[in-house]
Amino acid sequence: MPKFPFLKNKESENKSKVFIPSRREFLKISTLASGGFLLGVNFQCSGPKGELVTFAPNVYLSIDSDNQVTIIAHRSEMGTGIRTSLPMIVADELGADWSKVKIVQAEGDEEKYGDQNTDGSYSVRMFYEPMRKAGATARHMLIAAAAEKWGINASECATENGQVISTSGKKINFGDLVEGLKDKQIPDATTITLKGFSSYKLIGKDIAIYDNKDIATGKAVFGADVDLPNMQIAVVRRSPVVGAKVISYNDAKAMAVPGVNRVVQIEGAGIPPGLDKPLEGVAVIADNTWAAMKGREALEIEWDLGENQTYSSAKQLDDMLKSTTGNGQVRRERGNFNAARQSAGKVIERTYLAPFYAHATLEPPAAIADFREDGSCEIWAPSQHPQWARQAVADALQMDLDQIKMNVTLLGGGFGRKSKPDFVVEAALLSKSAKSPVRVQWTREDDLHHDFFHAQSAQRIKATLDKNGNFSGWNHHTVFPAIGATASAAELHPSDGELGLGCIDFPFEVPNIRIETHESKAHTRIGWLRSVSNIHHAFAINCMLDEIAETKGMDPVDFILDILPENKDLDFAGEIKGDFSNYGEPLEKFPWNTKRLRGVIEKVVQESDWNKMVSDGKAVGFAVHKSFLTYVACIVEVTNGSNGQIIIPDVHYAVDCGIGVNTDRIRSQFEGGAQFATSLAMSSAITLENGQVQQNNFDGYQIIRMPQSPKKIHVHIIESMEKPTGVGEPPVPPYIPALCNAIYKLTGQRIYQLPIKV
Amino acid sequence: MEKYTIIINGKKQEVTAAEDMPLLWVLRDLLSLKGTKYGCGQALCGACTVLVGDDARRSCSLPISSIGNQNITTIEGLSQDGNHPLQKAWVEHIVPQCGYCQTGQIMNAAALLKSNSSPSEAEIENAMAGNLCRCGTYNRIKDAILTASKS
Repeated sequence: MPKFPFLKNKESENKSKVFIPSRREFLKISTLASGGFLLGVNFQCSGPKGELVTFAPNVYLSIDSDNQVTIIAHRSEMGTGIRTSLPMIVADELGADWSKVKIVQAEGDEEKYGDQNTDGSYSVRMFYEPMRKAGATARHMLIAAAAEKWGINASECATENGQVISTSGKKINFGDLVEGLKDKQIPDATTITLKGFSSYKLIGKDIAIYDNKDIATGKAVFGADVDLPNMQIAVVRRSPVVGAKVISYNDAKAMAVPGVNRVVQIEGAGIPPGLDKPLEGVAVIADNTWAAMKGREALEIEWDLGENQTYSSAKQLDDMLKSTTGNGQVRRERGNFNAARQSAGKVIERTYLAPFYAHATLEPPAAIADFREDGSCEIWAPSQHPQWARQAVADALQMDLDQIKMNVTLLGGGFGRKSKPDFVVEAALLSKSAKSPVRVQWTREDDLHHDFFHAQSAQRIKATLDKNGNFSGWNHHTVFPAIGATASAAELHPSDGELGLGCIDFPFEVPNIRIETHESKAHTRIGWLRSVSNIHHAFAINCMLDEIAETKGMDPVDFILDILPENKDLDFAGEIKGDFSNYGEPLEKFPWNTKRLRGVIEKVVQESDWNKMVSDGKAVGFAVHKSFLTYVACIVEVTNGSNGQIIIPDVHYAVDCGIGVNTDRIRSQFEGGAQFATSLAMSSAITLENGQVQQNNFDGYQIIRMPQSPKKIHVHIIESMEKPTGVGEPPVPPYIPALCNAIYKLTGQRIYQLPIKV
Repeated sequence: MEKYTIIINGKKQEVTAAEDMPLLWVLRDLLSLKGTKYGCGQALCGACTVLVGDDARRSCSLPISSIGNQNITTIEGLSQDGNHPLQKAWVEHIVPQCGYCQTGQIMNAAALLKSNSSPSEAEIENAMAGNLCRCGTYNRIKDAILTASKS
């Protein structure tokens, strides 16, 4: 079973795994990475190949006798900078000359590299320590070798810029020590001393991404850029409705298109469609992409559209909203909300709706497979989860894992879409059928019609104030088709994992809390999109808190600080009915700490114009949300444009992600996160009628463009020595409600439905 | 299928293609110039932007039969070794995140600077409105264009 997503509630526990690694998996990986991998199992120092000798104390690092330091990037690069940030950590501990380090992308291979599922904002969190140890172990060995050579004490030596240096001024290149390391034992992990934070030259600094210049010159290799001799191109007509089956097809006109060589049917999983399986479809395989596209246009297919052919997302959303008026399945309970409601001085009841969202990575899915006569298969794909892709191909083609070599290219955006290996499986199936290398190329229309969508959601929140005006009760109903339903049609409620994303971990002091879910079925493929159900939960909760503050006549920030404990580690003990996953980490290791949340609130207020509030036609909105173990507060400023449109001149974020590894990439993730969230808030929505997606391209599914985008995004990073946590997803959730709250102050119009219509 | 001779980055290239094959696929599939990217096929995202003469055009929507003897410049031909002022500015500002849209952004910006060597922020925003970036690097793109325009 590949490890991947979400879905962990009592019913689904055996069918699927948490999308963030479970504690058990984490320990396994940490042990491997800091134990076996580093300390001897993979130790090798190859004999001379020509003149070159290589010292490879672990799978992530090698040093050649010609001084070349090579670091393996084993996590996928989709724009977060992880391909730079993790190697930076190794290089810093090693004392390498960063400008000369070569970074090589790892194949998908769990046995060798541990977890490669680049999802859930946990790469730095999980690998900060193992990468430090990887570099430090090599440093110790190089220093010991140099000290022995010079006849001095190791304590008189250090490493710097690819050399070992002594206090008396001796210097030797790493490469000159490699030959002598051949017979050395890898030191015990407990004897390895890590550098102090203050002596780092890369960690905690702004470091340019490794692929910077290659991208600016067009040399960077993304999925569809891989070229193989005799490669054919496939374009697939997939089931227009999830679960539809091909009754028959006529390929005569398609085969008549010059360049078209073959038409092949792909069998889909039906219902449920599965997270790792292709959709039912008919593929046209041609000499080039254009011929394949034209061939597909000429296909005649008769479909049995199946049970989803009458599905309307608008109708379902209405039904979901109606369901929230009744009693749901209680997922967290503190005190007695009904009693609080009966004795309340005031009840505020609001509903919040959000649509389906598509990932719309600018690079649509594409994958290349070369199935060979000897029964092996080599793949190149922009995959966030190459191990899962490799497993899915093995399952689909009934092959052993070791027959499949899984190469990872750069990803032209991921956001969760490219975790799912359906498109990689398509390429492998088609290559086997065509007996040649095949690139399967998704068009933009394919991407929008057949995504694994972020689920649409309906929420109802009731808040009570007692007769003295104190915030006394919180009743949150949430309903959205679960990710788990894509793999198991029996999943009708959001999983514990999905609720743990900013819903059941409501951190505020209120004596009565009741959180409920309601049933909803999935009629399309549901997946996870950058920050997942934090998106709609943070929207509803923060908009509601803003209204409660207003009702109480309080400044929203003062109100939130008022109901947030000063310094408490929250455990929600006895209140949460299922599991609280804490993003796969034990609470003892990564506490839910209210002081750190207060810290980002205070910081963002201090750095922004919050206290000036509305002046000169400007308005500001505030929201705060912890996700993926990172604490974020956000203030968005809005003004009216000349023709009535909303302009966003300034955004302020304060972020506490523990130790900041590459501060430039922390800022860039927040800059991009604000833009991404602007699209979700203002312009993007997927709707389905007759089971079919109604948006075809970027004219229907709109992404924010430069003129509408936030103009200045200020990112204030809290200096911290806490363990590092991720930054890929946390920028998104608080931005949307901060924007909604700002728009309310500007226009007097509260936002209860996304995308915002003003 | 027809034979066409087109001028790409100053070099004559002969290709055999269907007359309606967009320049994008001629570049990528027939000439193996992979720096020009496919994003939408409908001239909505700008990832496939190249220069036709001095103008930015979406190569996904330009049939090969319409090219004639116009000079086509792709990212591979923008500079000798990545030293175009825009490329240098892109590197200096660490603009890219995933990087997929950036070659189209740079080619579009190159056309802007050819027609307006010192654009204002508003002029940059308008000129770049056809180029989508899903990662949201817009502000760094703007800063990089301003830097390049001053060099």
